[in-house]
Amino acid sequence: MSDNWIEVCDAGEIDEEDVIRFDHDGRTFAIYRSPEDTYHATDGLCTHEKIHLADGLVMDNIIECPKHNGRFDYKTGEAKGAPVCINLRTYPVKVESGTVFISIS
Amino acid sequence: MAMTPSKRDYSLLGRDAEASVASGLAAAEWYHTDVARKEMKALMQRADGPAIRDTVIWLGAMVVSGGLGVWLWGSWWAVPFFLVYGVLYGSASDSRWHECGHGTAFRTMWMNNVVYQIACFMIMRNPVTWRWSHTRHHTDTVIVGRDPEIAVMRPPDLARLALNFFGILDAWYAMVDMLRNAAGVMSAAEKTFVPESEWPKAIRIARVWLAIYAATIALCFFMGSILPAMLIGLPRLYGAWHHVMTGLLQHGGLADNVVDHRLNSRTVLMNPVSRFIYWNMNYHVEHHMFPMVPYHALPRLHAMIRHDLPAPNPSIWNGYREMLPAFLRQLRNEDYFLKRELPPTARPYKEDFHADPVAQAAE
Repeated sequence: MSDNWIEVCDAGEIDEEDVIRFDHDGRTFAIYRSPEDTYHATDGLCTHEKIHLADGLVMDNIIECPKHNGRFDYKTGEAKGAPVCINLRTYPVKVESGTVFISIS
Repeated sequence: MAMTPSKRDYSLLGRDAEASVASGLAAAEWYHTDVARKEMKALMQRADGPAIRDTVIWLGAMVVSGGLGVWLWGSWWAVPFFLVYGVLYGSASDSRWHECGHGTAFRTMWMNNVVYQIACFMIMRNPVTWRWSHTRHHTDTVIVGRDPEIAVMRPPDLARLALNFFGILDAWYAMVDMLRNAAGVMSAAEKTFVPESEWPKAIRIARVWLAIYAATIALCFFMGSILPAMLIGLPRLYGAWHHVMTGLLQHGGLADNVVDHRLNSRTVLMNPVSRFIYWNMNYHVEHHMFPMVPYHALPRLHAMIRHDLPAPNPSIWNGYREMLPAFLRQLRNEDYFLKRELPPTARPYKEDFHADPVAQAAE
């Protein structure tokens, strides 16, 4: 396993079409499981007002912020319109032996 | 110790705006009732069905009532139909603007956007400016100097409130804003909460609206009748009373400068007709605490978290019996407010954060 990959959780700990919060080394991330059973990761805080996206709603490939309903494509990080204007940073994710890893280097 | 009532500065560029940033009240972390993730996820689920049904009823009732009003124009029989049409236009548009602005009414986003644009036009709120003002309202709910949507400032301007039951001042200011925006000018206050990249959109919409109103007025002159304006524009005046009646209850008479929606928002149980017009925004504490929950799921959310909230007012009448005396007391003492009592099952307020001179003066 490369040093760049950080273990997050068992793959089954994230429900389909859902998100969890993952904190590591003073940073916070959002880890997603899509309806197609793929895994994705972004910065954990909304680029609008720094709200934890893990409390938000996942719909298809969209994460909606729980405070102001700002929407991002969590697969690309693209901000989808007001009130979010700045894209989310995304991170590589892989699943090996039923465990989710994120590369945050 | 006798307290001198505070003088509030509601300007978004004023003294209280600076003070709320310095004190940490602005963009603060707000209280939330604990709800399990699985339950919250179920509540947040979006659906098109309820909003499509309600929109068909809403617009269909407008077509029927407006059509009958036009057909009977010239006789007194037109009056009840225009009264219905006016409320659907000048009040139901308020809740549609609100819910579609959140993007929670429909699952399909273009449906939210279409109804949002229609409702914004009816309620005379620029869809760009008001989307951002409402964002700020949710960030800094009833924080003086930060929230641009405080309906009742202290001391209450009761004459203004009375006039707004007929939309008079709101519509006047909306027209002034529209003309200013159409001329390409964003105000200093608007610039504090609308990003510069959005200004061209606000200006473009204002110009489209100006053209529609100009065409409506021209048609009135052409026909020698105010009938076109009875359908477009004037309903914002003669049909405004219901949204003002329900809207004042949202925060009126309650605390300001707190970070707990249980203290500054009011849930009121209402009759089914008002709830349809208002799209369940009578569950206002619940909405502010969890704005992701669609209007049709708010009754379920209310049942789930009511143990942690102040008891709801049982009726609109009861809400006004509580709120109006508070307004009158605020005429003499701006610091007076109604402190909501929590049930024994609730987690307490953050008294340490809220125990400021303002709160003490109001006890």
